Amino acid sequence: MGVILAAEKVGFSYAGRSQPVFSGVSLDIAEGEILCVLGPNGIGKSTLLRCLSGLAPATTGAIHVAGQDMTELSRNEIARHLALVPQNDEAVFAFAVHAVAEMGRAPYLGLFERPGPKEASLALEALATLGIAHLAEVSYTEISGGERQLVQIARVLVQAPRLMILDEPTAHLDFANTARLLALLRRLARSGLAVIFTTHAPDQAYALADRTLILSPHHPPRLGGTRDLLTADVLSETYGVPIRLVASDRHMLCIADAD
Amino acid sequence: MGKERRLIGGAVLLGLPIVLFLLSFLVGRYPVPPLTVIRIIAAQFLPIEPDWPPLVASVVLDVRLPRLLAGMAVGGGLALAGACYQGVFRNPLVSPFTLGVSAGAGFGAAVAILLFEQHYATQALAFVFGLAAVALCFFMNRLYRAGSTLVLVLAGIIVSSLFTALLSLLKYVADPHSKLPVIEFWLLGSLSAVSMEDVVVVLIVMIPASILLLLLRWRINILSLGDEQAGILGLEVGRLRFLIVLLATLVAASTVAISGIIGWVGLVIPHFARILVGPDFRKLLPTTLSLGACYLLLIDDIARTVTAAEIPLGILTALVGAPAFMLLLRRGSLGWA
Repeated sequence: MGVILAAEKVGFSYAGRSQPVFSGVSLDIAEGEILCVLGPNGIGKSTLLRCLSGLAPATTGAIHVAGQDMTELSRNEIARHLALVPQNDEAVFAFAVHAVAEMGRAPYLGLFERPGPKEASLALEALATLGIAHLAEVSYTEISGGERQLVQIARVLVQAPRLMILDEPTAHLDFANTARLLALLRRLARSGLAVIFTTHAPDQAYALADRTLILSPHHPPRLGGTRDLLTADVLSETYGVPIRLVASDRHMLCIADAD
Repeated sequence: MGKERRLIGGAVLLGLPIVLFLLSFLVGRYPVPPLTVIRIIAAQFLPIEPDWPPLVASVVLDVRLPRLLAGMAVGGGLALAGACYQGVFRNPLVSPFTLGVSAGAGFGAAVAILLFEQHYATQALAFVFGLAAVALCFFMNRLYRAGSTLVLVLAGIIVSSLFTALLSLLKYVADPHSKLPVIEFWLLGSLSAVSMEDVVVVLIVMIPASILLLLLRWRINILSLGDEQAGILGLEVGRLRFLIVLLATLVAASTVAISGIIGWVGLVIPHFARILVGPDFRKLLPTTLSLGACYLLLIDDIARTVTAAEIPLGILTALVGAPAFMLLLRRGSLGWA
């Protein structure tokens, strides 16, 4: 099992600010592994994902992609190893959904090349995998936020990296699509894809993640096996409200008792 | 079916400007029969014995031919540059003049008109100062270490007003009887003084830059998704944006150099094209190029025929462009979110 991404004591602070957004995050992820990032609002989960994707260069620590220092890789090389699905996407132009999915082939095409029939069929295939083949000809700007997120995930499948990083992939999804997406992520991981995702529902960590990283305001980052790490005490301390864990069949439910 | 439609679309895009180009030879104050036009042009390549007066040949070859070529180059070039700017800046209000090309070129032209007599100097300085204005914008962007396009557009506003102020200063000191009218007339935009040499010089810059932009058009699609998305997809966003803006600016600056400042083409034509073929730059850029060429040919035909004293092109494009833009906004189908 090859390690795809390894972060060592990574931290990030905005230029001119002394207080870092987060610091001291170390993690590594190998093929087929799923890692969940938990933490309250504003703790820096999204920024961490941007650092891991190389979009916001980490200000401290080092990140290695497939054994190479990330800062020495080109954007194109990084894009063949990993892809981020951001939480929000400000689309401006009304491109057709299939054209957006097709763009996933960009890292494999030359500067002057344009996608052909092969790229088009890869895009349609990925849309079908996500269950949104019927949207192929619709404008990307006219579909809902949840559907856009599904298109983005389809585009990552077209891009075919070894690591998919998702920022709250279920935030805009309805109940059924949430369940479908979690099942899809599990399937993809079984076929060898590594997955890092953030969520506000700790239940999802239980359902999916081999390991979990917790960012909390009063404690350095903690990484561990999901079931060992996510105790009611740790969750309560992280979110600052009493949290109970209820086991139900194969699932673990987290219930917050804030009044 | 899809392939057939593409072929027909391509034929229309290519054919329309050519037909308009040939028809425009017939427009003007000196009537030349269509057959004579065809024979005069053919005589350049084939051994045809001239049976027309030399004056007629001169009207067709020395006056109309360069003017029509320049009209197509300027119209197509401005529209193409405008579409690229709009894509890269992700903003429908952006035109090829947003980063100060026109203001810089206006100042350069005024300097040349005041200091030199040759119109080559005017073209050269207009071109150089047009590029310098955009370079200044990128320099400001770098100075503030801002990667965002917003700062770049803001820099364009600052640089434009700086060069406009300098231009006003030159106009203030210019001789109101000899130099000032020349400056004013240049600023209004015209193709009436264009020679074949001018056209050739401009095309040497314009053709390679336009071909490169057309080759990059799928990458412009990706850039228009925004910096983050384009970065995820493996693009070197900063470098690619710089390259595309540089190429579009070269096109815009070279058109301004021979025609003066012709507004609205670079803003309105891309929107028209977007209504026709949608926002995908793979279709949009060729369509924009073709429509821009057609549009300025038509406008110039109007300029040459409506009144005996030619109306400057910049006035006509605004007179036609502004109401057209109003209608577009009413339709509300600009292809933007």
